[in-house]
Amino acid sequence: MRYRICSLLLLLLATPLGLVAAESPADPLNSVMWHEMHQRLLDGAPVVFDERVQVSAPAVAEDSLNLPLWIDATALGEVKRLLVFAELNPIPKVLDMQPIKAAPRIGLRIKVQQATPVRAAALTADGVWHLGGVLVDAAGGGCTAPSIGSGSSDWADRLGEVTARLWSREHHSRLRASIVHPMDTGLVAGIPAFYLEQLEIRESGGDLISRLSLFEPIAENPVLTLDLPKLKQLTMDGRDNNGNPVAAQISLESQTGGSRQ
Amino acid sequence: MRSLVFIAVMLLAGLCQAVERDYKLKPQQVADNTYVLIGHDEHFSFANGGNIVNTGFIVTEAGVVVIDSGPSRLYGEQLIAAIAQVTDKPVVKLFITHMHPDHFLGNQAFEGLPIAALEKTQDGIRLMGETFNDNLYRLVGSWMKGTRVVAPNLQVEPGLEEIGGHRLQLIAMQGHTGADLAILDQTSGVLFAGDLVFYGRTPTTPHANLDNWQSALQQLQKLDFKVLVPGHGVPVTSEVAISQTSSYLSWLQQYLKKQADSGAAMAELLQPDAPQNLRELAVFKDEYTRSLSHLYPALEAEALADGTVEQQP
Repeated sequence: MRYRICSLLLLLLATPLGLVAAESPADPLNSVMWHEMHQRLLDGAPVVFDERVQVSAPAVAEDSLNLPLWIDATALGEVKRLLVFAELNPIPKVLDMQPIKAAPRIGLRIKVQQATPVRAAALTADGVWHLGGVLVDAAGGGCTAPSIGSGSSDWADRLGEVTARLWSREHHSRLRASIVHPMDTGLVAGIPAFYLEQLEIRESGGDLISRLSLFEPIAENPVLTLDLPKLKQLTMDGRDNNGNPVAAQISLESQTGGSRQ
Repeated sequence: MRSLVFIAVMLLAGLCQAVERDYKLKPQQVADNTYVLIGHDEHFSFANGGNIVNTGFIVTEAGVVVIDSGPSRLYGEQLIAAIAQVTDKPVVKLFITHMHPDHFLGNQAFEGLPIAALEKTQDGIRLMGETFNDNLYRLVGSWMKGTRVVAPNLQVEPGLEEIGGHRLQLIAMQGHTGADLAILDQTSGVLFAGDLVFYGRTPTTPHANLDNWQSALQQLQKLDFKVLVPGHGVPVTSEVAISQTSSYLSWLQQYLKKQADSGAAMAELLQPDAPQNLRELAVFKDEYTRSLSHLYPALEAEALADGTVEQQP
């Protein structure tokens, strides 16, 4: 909160000096925070609101701890970075993805503190951010509630454990992965920020497929959905902000699944 | 100009003061001595004041037995007033069918009387009641004025209970929540099914177990009733409401399971492929979207457990 007030003050001070990009376009969602987000998260770089960047979310968050999102910027073609943020959250930034060989789309669930715009910004090679977004209503409190796992005894034994499955689809492989992690925001008194920070997906040979930076608002025990080039096996490596590793190998072959669809 | 604004403001203020929140409750007779107050087929809103629920009462020789107390203190008070339009007899007992706020937040108006519920319903109200109350304030506003949680003070023993010449069969079930009370008045043939049965309105699932719910519906179907009063929707004289509830729940279960097994992300499923007759149920889109949040995580966990993963050292 203090950070937000400070940055607002900075913004007010900066405005007369012309430090705020004048070309920040009008926000179709009419959010009071849009201009600040443009400066803070996108460095005031050129932006366009673009319907090719789709954000799907329920109009109302049934569970403020688990708002499902489906972000899809594939209509843009090649995307260098895909940034997801919920701008009225005390910590707005949710995800920063470099798709690399993966399709620029992702499914995930996030915590929301109150009704907020949820946006995705996709950076194309020409240096322009393309923005899509929706408004989500919420009873709120998702960011300042303790994780459920931190109240039980076994989460520490399973920290970083990956449950995942690969599906072979016509043009790509669908990966869904769930990782055991409390994803504490640090906004609950006495519980420091503790969250997964970095994930890399590689072909078994070692080639990087996609890189994800994750942030505090991602829901506890993150469940990620990604579309990758067709492959039979991959590795998922990463760490949290305390240096605890995540390392798993995920294969297409499975006892009961794989061919089920 | 300024004085015009002043007059307008005063008029508005006057109007606001004059508004009396009135649920306009009208008891409808469904059998001898048996009445139902039918709520709107909607979601909670300021316009409906939370009256989206059916409540009912039976006028017995020993006094009035009430089933569910509605969403607010005000509703409870207006329910008592509506009962007084029908009979001079006092209320002698209130049954609460389950722990959801639209069914018990009117309890305050019945404080001091026996308020009976299944044990797990009592526990649920003690645990979640305040959260429900806060949430309803957010959704329907001033209709909730002065409402506080009054937990049931009497545990229902399943079985037969005779009150003033009415033989009530108290049936403990589960599925919509962890404890759902159905009441069959064997004397009149009226079955108060609570939220185990919805009719014309999409069922809600925040605390549901769909397998248990389907078993409960099968059990209800075998009962000998003349009139069935659903928790939401109009009373019916056949099994139609039971089968409608059952077919929605089986569609929901099968659709979500199939999607989870084929790897769909949750928010890819906001526009579901549902049969027309189910899409036509009131508040289908809202309730389906809520159910997606309630039910998909477990189905998805089952589907992911079938994947092949090796944790690396």
